[in-house]
Amino acid sequence: MAKYLLLKHYRGAPAPVNDVPMDQWTPEEISAHVQYMNDFAARLEKTGEFVDGQALSPEGTFVRYDGEGRPPVTDGPFAETKDLIAGWMVIDVDTYERAVELAGELSAAPGAGGKPIHEWLELRPFYGVQPTITE
Amino acid sequence: MGEVLLRGLTPSVLAILVRRGADFAAAEDAVQDALVEAVRVWPADPPRDAKGWLVTVAWRKFLDTTRADTSRRRREDRVDEEPAPGPAPALDDTLQLYFLCAHPSLTPSSAVALTLRAVGGLTTRQIAEAYLVPEATMAQRISRAKRTVSGVRFEQPGDVATVLRVLYLVFNEGYSGDVDLAAEAIRLTRQLATAIDHPEVAGLLALMLLHHARRPARTAPDGGLVPLAAQDRGRWDTGLIAEGVVILQAALARDRLGEFQAQAAIAALHADAPTAEETDWVQIVEWYDELGRLTDNPIVRLNRAVALGEADGPHAGLAALAELDTALPRHTAAAAYLHERAGDPATAARLYAEAATKAPNLAERTHLTRQAARLNTY
Repeated sequence: MAKYLLLKHYRGAPAPVNDVPMDQWTPEEISAHVQYMNDFAARLEKTGEFVDGQALSPEGTFVRYDGEGRPPVTDGPFAETKDLIAGWMVIDVDTYERAVELAGELSAAPGAGGKPIHEWLELRPFYGVQPTITE
Repeated sequence: MGEVLLRGLTPSVLAILVRRGADFAAAEDAVQDALVEAVRVWPADPPRDAKGWLVTVAWRKFLDTTRADTSRRRREDRVDEEPAPGPAPALDDTLQLYFLCAHPSLTPSSAVALTLRAVGGLTTRQIAEAYLVPEATMAQRISRAKRTVSGVRFEQPGDVATVLRVLYLVFNEGYSGDVDLAAEAIRLTRQLATAIDHPEVAGLLALMLLHHARRPARTAPDGGLVPLAAQDRGRWDTGLIAEGVVILQAALARDRLGEFQAQAAIAALHADAPTAEETDWVQIVEWYDELGRLTDNPIVRLNRAVALGEADGPHAGLAALAELDTALPRHTAAAAYLHERAGDPATAARLYAEAATKAPNLAERTHLTRQAARLNTY
């Protein structure tokens, strides 16, 4: 029982095998891709392994504290930001091997030409709980 | 009747339905429905016989569902006759339920979920909240688990070791939530101990009680981790410790040692020390040797090395540690601790910082980072 985050990048991951940007796919290919993602999430819910899935807009803002009594400073988005997250899925699985297997399946989502994108997904373990018995 | 007492009736009510010929999955749903009904109705109209009431209501709900399913199916094909009640129980029914819910064909997470629902009487929502997953996901996990064990005969004897592993998981890796899973694991292990006389069941119960006794002292007001040596022993629950020690001694007297009894013996030696300095580390090392003979778990050897560092000095501990795989969880943290005790704060600080990056949870990472910072800023 361990939770993992499957991170999908707009930028920052190595180039996928089927490296055609989405805006150059046919509408049917986009539909097929969306359907695959929905089916994948639905299947994981059935196996009792789905926790959460969200997609993010690429347009983000950087915000920081600017001192007492002053409004926060905002900046960006920065074109040079190397790592741009597109979305994630959180899974709850029994083993690391199962997490890798599922990430591999998600990476097979179809893209241009209906072929798998082979997209690189980042797999990150959540911190677990502090076990009661340690000694 | 409180919710916990009510849930305590779950396994015997469920077993009665199964004995009457209901299939496990449908009977389990019916018992859940009856529990929900009891919570709703009982405050205003408490029954004289709680268990009888639950059996009646659960059986009625089972029949209602079965009839609805049957009339739906009748249009398509003939329905099988109601199965005859099984033979007279050879083993305690409650025990059979524990075996079924921890069946080896289940993954650990599904065995945990099924046990908490079918034996513990928790709702799917409570279990989902406790393990921080959506209710729909937990519902599917439980119904898959039920399908997995649907072919297992109820009377089939199981292995108590698989049940103990599931209960250990609930206790040790329980998330904090609305439901206190550590307390629930203790309740389920107590219930198991009344259903079967087995020294390892007693050993696990003792282990849980002895660790639960320290819970108030394990966490600092800021939520940080307080290691054993730094805990305020005045905050340990002496009632739980006394109970755990009595249960453990009775189990050990039967001379059928197992790993949970050995772990409990180590916990008891810690509990017995009025201060950290007075801990009987020599005996603890001996128990780790026993434990090492009972399991081939390398974590045991790591813990033994740390205990040896206390019994025979940090250099002996470091020598024992050097024989172990450095990739073991908490190896670096143990090395940091022993180097500090050996009078090498610079190495210790570097290792604490390294250990922090490998910590398996946030509480340990923060704790290890704090240790590195303490040594770096002196």
